[in-house]
Amino acid sequence: MKFQDVISINDFGKEEIEYVLKTAKRLENELNERKILQYAKGKILATLFFEPSTRTRFSFESAMHRLGGSVIGFAEASSSSVKKGESLMDTIRTVEKYADVIVIRHPREGAARLAAEIAEIPVINAGDGANQHPTQTLLDLYTIKKEFGRIDRLKIALLGDLKYGRTVHSLAKALSYYDVKLYFVAPQGLEMPRHIVEEISDKLEITETNDLESVIPEVDILYTTRIQKERFPDPAEYNKIKGSYRVDLKLLERAKETLKIMHPLPRVDEISYEVDKTQYSAYFRQVWSGVPVRMALLGIVLGVVE
Amino acid sequence: MKELKVSAINKGTVIDHIPSGKGLKVLEILNLPEDNTILVAINVKSQKLGRKDIIKVEGKILNEDEVNKIALIAPTATVNIIDKWEVVEKRNVEVPDEIVGIIKCANPNCITNYEEVKPKFKVISKKPLKLKCHYCERTMEENMVVKNLL
Repeated sequence: MKFQDVISINDFGKEEIEYVLKTAKRLENELNERKILQYAKGKILATLFFEPSTRTRFSFESAMHRLGGSVIGFAEASSSSVKKGESLMDTIRTVEKYADVIVIRHPREGAARLAAEIAEIPVINAGDGANQHPTQTLLDLYTIKKEFGRIDRLKIALLGDLKYGRTVHSLAKALSYYDVKLYFVAPQGLEMPRHIVEEISDKLEITETNDLESVIPEVDILYTTRIQKERFPDPAEYNKIKGSYRVDLKLLERAKETLKIMHPLPRVDEISYEVDKTQYSAYFRQVWSGVPVRMALLGIVLGVVE
Repeated sequence: MKELKVSAINKGTVIDHIPSGKGLKVLEILNLPEDNTILVAINVKSQKLGRKDIIKVEGKILNEDEVNKIALIAPTATVNIIDKWEVVEKRNVEVPDEIVGIIKCANPNCITNYEEVKPKFKVISKKPLKLKCHYCERTMEENMVVKNLL
């Protein structure tokens, strides 16, 4: 299977998702055997981060280096020609002469799709405004598969800012390809948008609630998200909602022993630090999942990994 | 009183069966050159619609983009091409599956509002009208479409 770009999780069917997860697993096994991989030897990745995101950028750079390739790029728009007024289209036309694949993060929605249409080399979306972050969704699925050996037959709660959180929007959509039960747990005012609920509700069972305590004993995975202060049009609204849920040891007394807590990170105060050392925390292993998944995606779009 | 014939111009386009009250809006979105003679009839009796508006444009044949624009706000309209006082072609307007370059995206943060690129939408529902931006993936309902016609 070959695809040219990775722009939106909506472009992926179950077959493509499974193919990425399988390829990531194979590459991770090769890394674990201490092999020095050379799949992308001589290939250059350009990371165009028009807004900062250290974690995602490091993850892509680590993935490219582990594939044997090299990396060029910038970490914020102020260090690029955008500061001089250059259009995104001209930036892409220029950078594609220097690199074999582009990873782009941009504050404007649709920027990655436009970049992919302009560029003759593959483009991977590392986040375009509040729209898409498809590689995060794929690494979330990969983490679930590693933790449980499967995605099917799991009960998964998505907790927190379900209104503005693009990771939970894409994850909910991707999970609708599987036999799972979803719980949308959000403070009042931050519920999952109706269009997403409607889009997937005929494919799987969904429970919507504000009551985290009632959901905790039921679920296999608690996917927690941060309330994103920066997305609130009105700071007063944020102040009303902040701190309205917190995952701590007391809450987890009622959880299944096998419960796994995930989080796209960074966290603020929604997961207590005392949870980190328990068997529940999967969020730092989730960070590692980004590397094999992004290795797989880079390898596939470059045509160097089958 | 004798009813006006739809083809009562020598050469040009007659847009008939516009829902009553939408005629001036159709005229506005077509943004026709000032040297065209334009006749507008509002609230005309119609067997099909009860009441309708009609626009006659002398010396101008509408292109496909212009016809598609009409479909977005006046889906019942018919476009008649007139030559030598006769209707030589009659077309029902239809909302196409894809709309390119005639509506801007209502999402203020969409990249198409910042770069020199034609906005592109996939029509996900024709009735009621619902469009999805090809770039930012945000959906637009009918009331937003009318506000964002280019």
